[in-house]
Amino acid sequence: MLLIPCPHCGERDESEFNYGGRVADFPELQADMSTWHRAIHLPDVNDPIVNEVWFHASGCECWIQVNRDIRTHEFQPIDKLDHS
Amino acid sequence: MRYSILTLATQALQKQQRWPQIIAPEKLKPHYDIIIVGAGGHGLATAYYLSHNHDINDVLVIDSSWIGGGNTARNTTIVRSDYLLPASFALKNFALQLWDSLSQALNFNLMYSPRGYLDLAHSDGELEHFMLRANAMCLGGASASILTNSQIAEKIPALNLDQQSRFPIRGALFQAEGGVVRHDAVAWGFARKSSEKGVHIQQNCAVNKLLTSNGRISGVSTHRGKISANSVLVAAAGGSERLMANAGVPLPMEPINVQAFVTEPIKPVLDHVVNYNAGLSYLSQSDKGELVMGGATDGYLSTARRGSFARLEDTMMRAAQIFPFISNLRLMRHWSGTADIPMDGNAIVGRTEIENLFVNCGWGYAGFKATPAVGWKLAELIADGKLPEMLKPFALSRFTDGALIDDAGIGPYPWLH
Ligand SMILES: Cc1cc2nc3c(=O)[nH]c(=O)nc-3n(C[C@H](O)[C@H](O)[C@H](O)COP(=O)(O)OP(=O)(O)OC[C@H]3O[C@@H](n4cnc5c(N)ncnc54)[C@H](O)[C@@H]3O)c2cc1C
Ligand SMILES: [Zn+2]
Repeated sequence: MLLIPCPHCGERDESEFNYGGRVADFPELQADMSTWHRAIHLPDVNDPIVNEVWFHASGCECWIQVNRDIRTHEFQPIDKLDHS
Repeated sequence: MRYSILTLATQALQKQQRWPQIIAPEKLKPHYDIIIVGAGGHGLATAYYLSHNHDINDVLVIDSSWIGGGNTARNTTIVRSDYLLPASFALKNFALQLWDSLSQALNFNLMYSPRGYLDLAHSDGELEHFMLRANAMCLGGASASILTNSQIAEKIPALNLDQQSRFPIRGALFQAEGGVVRHDAVAWGFARKSSEKGVHIQQNCAVNKLLTSNGRISGVSTHRGKISANSVLVAAAGGSERLMANAGVPLPMEPINVQAFVTEPIKPVLDHVVNYNAGLSYLSQSDKGELVMGGATDGYLSTARRGSFARLEDTMMRAAQIFPFISNLRLMRHWSGTADIPMDGNAIVGRTEIENLFVNCGWGYAGFKATPAVGWKLAELIADGKLPEMLKPFALSRFTDGALIDDAGIGPYPWLH
């Protein structure tokens, strides 16, 4: 079970959240197919510490960003996202 | 040794002390014709068909852990071929035909039990979709039918068919040949027969690098040194990602945790496999009487092989909706496997950009049922160099070509899992 550190609500049970996956940098719309292919399909698998987003659906209703070690489920310190 | 009633009797007289090892003792050569990385069901099946269909025996199957210790012996053992899209259907239906006679071929009891698979529908729309799927299956040469609630009640009297419940059951898709196969026996059965033909099986030896030269595979590097080969097949499930990426062939795949659960044993109550689609919870009863259950994935990236309690609770809750008596049972065991899930949810099988480097991974939470068919076809590809029709749709290049296999019908959504 994950206790996800929400910067607004504190540590909360994973069942309150929806998963948003890795934080991805998307290319320009006009970028070529291979650039888009890399961005959408090819995750960086060498780093087990993943920078990812969760939506705190049954809480503050904000997207939050965390760093998590997917081998141990340990969370690293987090920043607040800019909500503008 | 050929297992028979006679060997059982003679071994019993010898107090069970004289059974030979199932696989030959380990020995590593510096060179092989073919190295298969990963001694899961898929890797071992490929070795078996290379040796038995093509008489290619200079093969090494190498694993970082023990035979079948990956997802092969962690799954819920269900085999079926109720797929709508031709690519997925063809492989799994071919596998179903192979499962039927595999115990005899391997001289090893795989306990294939075609007890019938029921997929429950909860709305008219869902039932209509099941009819579409059943028709597609019949056209493909499989048997499939749609059951009414009274037919379901005949097959599974304990099932809760109360129409006032939150997700009432409206019918089911039924495949009689669907059932269960003893998963660890599959790994051991393939390993034993391959070993008899001279295939080497090396456990507890991780491959940490694929070796290439001039765009060709040349071997693998392990903690016990380098081993060269003419061809290499990477069939290492979640372990394939990093090996391939470091060889310059990144795979569109992510690791997600999947769990299985077993209750205490009870008297026979369920002699089919049943899948509850409101959320996900599927059940069968083992020969020992335990209910074996599975559910959806944990839903986030993980290689921890440690299950989420939220998913456990969810799977149990749904199981209790269709079998209310389950709430009285104790859960005895639960475990996890790391499912290797590609961006369209379907496996990656075939050639790669590197000459003579083949790949077979991405079977995620649903690849056990396909094991013998994939082994058969991959052996054909590696031995003859010709890509079999059945494997064509599973090419890695589909992600750059935009020819994804979208079984769920929800579009090429990269975070499908
Ligand atoms: C809980 C659960 C339930 C499931 N239920 C079903 C089901 O009911 N029906 C179904 O059809 N499928 C099911 N599946 C999916 C099925 O188990 C897998 O798709 C299938 O077994 C994959 O087989 P494989 O041989 O590709 O992988 P694995 O059996 O995982 O084998 C891969 C092997 O590669 C080895 N390896 C990894 N990295 C390296 C390395 N660097 N060097 C050497 N070796 C390495 C591993 O140790 C492992 O033994 C389920 C999976 C899980 C986890
Ligand atoms: Zn919050």
